[in-house]
Formats: sequence, structure tokens, C-alpha cells
Amino acid sequence: MGTKTSFDFAGNIEGALKDDQLRRNLRKAMDILVEKRHTVFPDSNELQQLRAAGNAIKRRALQQLPQLLEQLEANCTANGIQVHWAEDTAQANRIVLDIMRRHEAPAIVKGKSMVSEEMHLNHFLAEQGIEAVETDLGEFIIQLNHETPSHIIVPAIHKNKDEVATIFHEKLADTPYTEDVEELTAIARRALRKRFASAKVGLSGVNFAIAETGTLLLVENEGNGRMCTTAPDVHVAVMGLEKVVAKLSDVPPLLRLLTGSATGQIITTYVNMITSPRKNDEQDGPKEVHLVILDNGRSRILADPQLRETLLCIRCGTCLNHCPVYVRIGGHAYGHVYPGPIGKILTPQMEGLERAGVLATASSLCGACGEVCPVKIPIPDLIRRLRNESYDQEQTAVVDGGGYKQNLAETMVWRGWELANRVPAIHEMGTRLAGAMGKHLPKVGPLKQWTCVRNTPRLARSTLHERVRNEGVSHE
Amino acid sequence: MPPRTNGDQPNKVYFFGTCLMDAVYPDAGIAAIRLLQSQGVEVVFPPQQSCCGQPAYNSGFVKQARAVARTQIQAFAKPYPIVVPSGSCAGMMKHHYPDLFAGRKEEAAARRFAGRVYELFEYLVTVLKATFEDRGDPTTVTWHSSCHALREMNVVQHAKTLIAQLKNVTLVELARETECCGFGGTFAVKQPAISAAMVKDKVADIRRTGATTLLAGDCGCLMNITGAMAHDGVAVEGRHLAEFLWERTNGH
Amino acid sequence: MNSATNDNQGARKRILARLYASGTHTTVVPDVSIPPELSFDRDEKIERLTMLMSAIRTEVHVVDNGAWQDKVKELARERGWKRMLYGPQGPIGPEIETALRTTEDGLPELVAYMQPVETFKEELFTTIDVGITSTRGAVADTGAVVLWPTPAEPRLMSLVPPVHVAVLDADAIYDSMNAMMAAENWARGMPTNALLISGPSKTADIEFTLVFGVHGPKELVVLIRK
Repeated sequence: MGTKTSFDFAGNIEGALKDDQLRRNLRKAMDILVEKRHTVFPDSNELQQLRAAGNAIKRRALQQLPQLLEQLEANCTANGIQVHWAEDTAQANRIVLDIMRRHEAPAIVKGKSMVSEEMHLNHFLAEQGIEAVETDLGEFIIQLNHETPSHIIVPAIHKNKDEVATIFHEKLADTPYTEDVEELTAIARRALRKRFASAKVGLSGVNFAIAETGTLLLVENEGNGRMCTTAPDVHVAVMGLEKVVAKLSDVPPLLRLLTGSATGQIITTYVNMITSPRKNDEQDGPKEVHLVILDNGRSRILADPQLRETLLCIRCGTCLNHCPVYVRIGGHAYGHVYPGPIGKILTPQMEGLERAGVLATASSLCGACGEVCPVKIPIPDLIRRLRNESYDQEQTAVVDGGGYKQNLAETMVWRGWELANRVPAIHEMGTRLAGAMGKHLPKVGPLKQWTCVRNTPRLARSTLHERVRNEGVSHE
Repeated sequence: MPPRTNGDQPNKVYFFGTCLMDAVYPDAGIAAIRLLQSQGVEVVFPPQQSCCGQPAYNSGFVKQARAVARTQIQAFAKPYPIVVPSGSCAGMMKHHYPDLFAGRKEEAAARRFAGRVYELFEYLVTVLKATFEDRGDPTTVTWHSSCHALREMNVVQHAKTLIAQLKNVTLVELARETECCGFGGTFAVKQPAISAAMVKDKVADIRRTGATTLLAGDCGCLMNITGAMAHDGVAVEGRHLAEFLWERTNGH
Repeated sequence: MNSATNDNQGARKRILARLYASGTHTTVVPDVSIPPELSFDRDEKIERLTMLMSAIRTEVHVVDNGAWQDKVKELARERGWKRMLYGPQGPIGPEIETALRTTEDGLPELVAYMQPVETFKEELFTTIDVGITSTRGAVADTGAVVLWPTPAEPRLMSLVPPVHVAVLDADAIYDSMNAMMAAENWARGMPTNALLISGPSKTADIEFTLVFGVHGPKELVVLIRK
């Protein structure tokens, strides 16, 4: 899993909370996305039915995962798609590099792919002297600014148009400063059109891989995805192994859930279904299509019946949009590729608890995410599960780094709490003592944190237990 | 979801006060008990009760959570309904006790216990079919629900039904009514900065309603929000709906 | 690339072994049915398709079967299209030729997409104003036309030119994607590329301001032939 490096979660959070503009941008953006989703699913009963269907379809896919991957591979191969398997991101990167070298391609044009972020592909290729060109507008913007995406679906959502104007003006040759969004988009179109026309290799992710027919399905609005997968000689598709579904008929309900949840659309501009490279009599399309199936810890996640549900995810981003924590700290604060609620459960499982277990603390378990997840991942339950794994009281942890948080001090606190709550006399004594202190409870530990923004809670002089006794409520 | 009933109108119920109500808001506890008694029901308060165990359960300390949960199950041994003035604690007992004891010898007992749990307003409205008459002066209130009351127990509708019965009470809803207040039990302590940001926004939302009273159904949220309001000198009073309801309808 | 192949085979074996040993075959699959799909008569289909696509700035014209070429000519003159890309051997190729291979003025030059794109890229990317294609059909519930690019009407026709004109038969509008895939038995064999297209290309990545014509066509014109 690599060396244990820590990321400064607390520092990130502090910085983000102080960044008024970031918080304003995020709040506005999340409100818009939440509203759009609400509008596109007007019938609550129908939505619940659809979610249940999505959950069942993805569960069925997980249930048959190895068989479906083999079927996918067989059909893809028969169609002329070359299938590669990568156990980890290093392997996946080498596969892509290999293809680039074989075609002597100095650059690759990229459609949006979270898996390629997981691979840190751009950085890897840059080290090999190969240029990776992001073509999704949001990714294009942040790439120019040497940033990573802050949201799964709208990667540049933390940026204002004046910031984009500055980035384009400063980083693109011969580009005047303009805040007009149409002009900014036209600038990006011009810059990238040349790249699409000249690229030898294009990269994409995969939204759904259909085992029944060996088909790769991609959704998008801009057209850059189709450009990357159609114009160059070579198309490389990278996907997490959990993205396979069994049948064509599984696709429409999942598509509806994905586009509705991600951007509030009934359907995206394009649904692109790729089944083979250019055939002999065709005039265009890539001459080679490669599919890289990436594991990177997913097979391990699959091994636990509860944690397995993490892999139901269809990467719609709606959990981020509804999360009261995400809207306040933004994607970068999470320090890893996948932010938000899904990031909180996925990252510790991929990176290990020592590195990323802290992410599971950044949740009040409010349940807003689980309520909207289109495939009904019980995200709060999985966050709680990862907290259990972090302490591993019962020595049953399956996630790497289980028990890393065990410490005597905290254990004693909870043992004390348990004792007080099991033995009525101790409970009474404790609450009476605290009650007697009134507003003079010492501001240490948790109380210190609490009182930064709140007054000390005033414990009552007589507890409910006492009052009940004194006021004659039956206490059998 | 059709209201659960016990067959005929029950004449005895258990009351689970919750640890926070016990220590911080006992008046609200007494008020809740009086509300139940006013409907002709005998309320039984087992003295061995303490905490539902949720703080430990949510923090990764399942062993301690289980031990404390066991105490509650044993304390509420008779087959009476268990009425809980908190959607959060009710949710813990109803939905998570079976998980806590899954595969263990107490599983059946935990399930039976969980099946008897009702949130207070749910019980008043759907089982007791209580109606109340407002004897107070005109006032404007706003309402905040705990996340578990909203999403796990689905009881906000019942709280609002009761508020709507009070003719002189005007309810102005929060702009972000369904957003978490940031309490989250140990979350407020483990991620204090984020929690603080959340409660500040909640307080700003409350101020914007112009209400003089914040009503809540959960002592955790109440403690969190009123603590923040007091810190910032916001002149809005926070009350548990049970206490408010009892006062309004009994002319205190 | 022997070592790469061996790596690949090794990785494949190990990944599949882990998956088979994972116990995932015990995943419980709830027995739920997909919510029933909407169903429309022909006029409703035309209406719904028009409504949904127009809402995202597709220009939809319903024309009589015999009159669609006139519509193309009318649009061409109106918009000042100079070079129109078409597939001579496609289903509408001959009809396009008949309509536009004339001495009338104001009509675009017809450019046939009949050679490999490699010989043609510069021209395709920089000189074509509009690409006109047939369609396989459309789906009414979500509002999109369906294309199966062919050797006669290659893929880039509906992507590269700034305008895409799609000619659709009203009778080929299905209730839904599932209805279409089932009726045409797509599972038996998919084409190299199948597309659903609902509107002109767009983005809202900058402050949610909607802009049309990013990398795909800026305009989508759908002619529904009755």
C-alpha cells in the first residue's frame, strides 16, 4: 500500500472553513445540484422504486462479478477490443505507457476519468515525458492551474469565472482576459480542437461495461469524450472492475439514476456505446481499442459482505452534493482522489486505515447521503463500520490498519462511561456531581472544544431520575 | 407507513428519558410524562435506565455500547410500549439494537425490545390520537429535527401535527430545515471546527425566521444549538417540544 | 511484448482468483422490478420527443415525408451553409444528392465522406459547416435520437462539424431505450459504435452558466419525417 504518509486533514479543514469564497461557491453549487436532482425526479415513489431497482441490478452484478468480467473480456476480445488486467495503479500506468510507446505518441487526450486520477496517470506520464491533455472543460481548467478535481462530476466547481479568466489569460498563449463564459468556452474549444485532430491516443473512463455484448458505455455533455474515443488512432479505456453490469437491459434504469443524480438531467447530450475498433470497411473510429480493468484493492473490498456495498457506487457524486461536511470543506480537504461520503468509505479501504481512517471521523452520521444514493449504499453504516475497524475491539478487522486507533486513554473513558451507565448508583452520583457544579464544569478535553462556540451546558440540579421519584411517577 | 398500534388503547407505557434529558432537561422529561398521563395512560419509569448506547456505538466502541444496551433491554422487561422523547435514541433502539445483538443469544430479546420502541410524538399522534388545546399567547416558533428523527424514524410529520394543533402558535420553517446542526454526538468533539461551522449556520437560519422560540425533538440538538445561541447572544429560546406543548396546553 | 503479456496473464489470474474466493456469490439480490416504463402512441411520441429535445436547444422540425429535402434546402439557405458532409451510400444519400446537386444558388457544396479519415482530417475539422445523417430511430421517454454509424455514415459526421442535421422517421420512434433494444434485439450484436444524442453539445462547468457548442456540434437539427 505504499509508505505511511499522513495528510494534514485538520489543517486542510481549517483552511477550507476560513475560505469564504470557497464556501460561497460550494454552497451555491450544491444548492443548484440538489435542486436539479429534485426537479428531475418529481415523483418520490417512483424514485424510491428506481433506487431499489438500481440497487438490485448492481447487487446482481457484484454477485456474479468474476463471471461477468470473464464474459466481458470474452466478448470484448471477440469484438477486437484488447483487454488488460492491472492489479494496482502502477501496473495500470505501465500498460498505458506501453501503448503510448508502441505508437510513439508524445501526448494523450483524456476524457474525464476518476480512475485515471486514482492512477495519478498524468503525473506518471509527465515523468516519462508524455503530455496528458485534459479535455473536459472543468478538468482542462484545473489542469492549467496544476490542481486536482474537487468534485467527482464538476471538477472546477470551486472556481469563479474571474478565476477561470485569469487562468486562461495567464496559462494559454495569446489569450486575452475575459469573464464572458461563452468566450471562455470558445477559447477552450479552439485550444482543444487542434489536439483532438492530431492526437494518436485518446483515453476515457467507463461508466458501465456491459458483459452481455462486450460494450463500453460512456455518458457526457461536451463531446470531448466522443472526440477522445473516436478521433485518435488508439482508444484506451480504464475502468474499476466493479463497473461491469450483466445485460443491456440493466443500462436504462442505471442511466436514469446516474444522469438524474449527477447533474439533474433526464439524459446526457451523448450516450456513447463502444463495442469494437474500426472495422475494415469503416472510415473512422480508432484502429485499436484497449480496456484496462483495474483492481487496486477492490477485490479485497469485495470479500466482506458489508463493505462490499461500497462497490455499488456508480460515481454520480450526489452524496457529495447533499453532505453538510462536504459543502463546508470542499473536495481538496479530503486529501485523496475521492472526496465526500463515498470518499470517506472508499479511501480508507484502498489506502489503509492508518493513512486515511481519519476521514471516517468527518461525519455526523446525519444520513443525508444514504437517503439520496441512487443505488442505496448504506453510507452511514459503512462509516460506522470503518470506525469499528479503526478501534477493532473485537479483533475482527478486515481493513488494512485495523485497530490503529486503539489507545488506553480513550478506552478508559468509554469503560468509565459504560460503568456509569450500567450501574444506576454510579450514574446518579455522576450526574448529581456534574449538576452540582452548575456552570463550573472544568473546560477540559471535550468540553474545551465544545465551549469554543457554545456555552457550557447547564446540568440540572435534579435529574429526571430524581424528579420522577419525587413526583410519584411509577417506577417499577 | 401505517401507525403501529397495540391493539386496544394501551393503559401502561414505559418512558425512556434519555441520558441528556435526564441530566440537562429534566423539566422536558416531566412534561413528556405529563403529556402521556393526560391521555389516560400510566407511565412507568424503570430506575435502572440510563443511556441508549449510541455515543459508544457511533464511535467504534461496540463492546461498551452493547453492555449499556443490554442494561436498557433488561430494565424495560415487561411487554409495554417504550416511549422515547428523542428520534435519535428511539432510532438507535429500534433500528440498531437488533444489529448490535445479531448472531448473539440476546438477539431475540433485542428484536422484541426494538419492536416496542416509539418516538414520543409518533406515539402521541398515531397511537394515542392526542389533541391539544392551545392556552397560550400568540407566538412565533421554528422547528429543528434531529437527523435520525427525520431520516430513521420519520416522525417529523407528527411533531408538526402537534405544533399545528396550537392555534396561537405560528410556525416559520427553517430555510435549511433538513440540514444537520452539527451535533452528531462525538462528532462535535472529534471534528469541532466542522461542527462549529454547522451550528453557526443553523443559528443564522434560526435568526432569519424571526421566531422567538426554537422547538426541537432531541436534547442533543437542543443542547448544541442553544449553547451556540447563548454564546452569540442570540435572543431565541430553545425548548423541547414536549415541554413547550405541556406549557401551552396547561396554562403554566 | 512477452513479459507484458505474462504480467497481464498473472494479474488476470490473481485478480479473478481473489474475486472467486471473495464469497461475493452470496450477495443477496432483492427481488425488485424496474418501475414500469412510459408508453405513448405515435403522435405522443413525436410530441414528447420534440418537447424534450427542444428544451435542451435541439431544433426540431416535423415534416411530411416528401418534403424533408426542401426543409434541408430552406435551412441551408437561411444559415448560409457552404459545405455539407454526407454519406452517399447511406439511407438518405441519394435523396440528398437529388435535392442538392443542382444549379440553384445559395445551396452548399456536397462533400462525400468516402475515404478514411486520415486522408481527410484537416478538411473535416476545418472546412465543413454541417454534417447530415440518417438515424436508426429515437427514444421518446428520455428524448434522444439513436445513431448506429456505418461505413456509409461514419462516426465523426455527427460530432465534428459545428452543425448536425439528423433525419428521423416518425415510425422509428420507440417508447424507450429498453423498448428499442428489445425490439431490435441489440443483444444479438452491437455495432462498433452506437449513440444516443439528445441535443447540441453543452457545458455548465463554469459557475453553472450553460454554454452550447463545446466540442461537439453547436447546433443539432432533427427532421422528423412523417
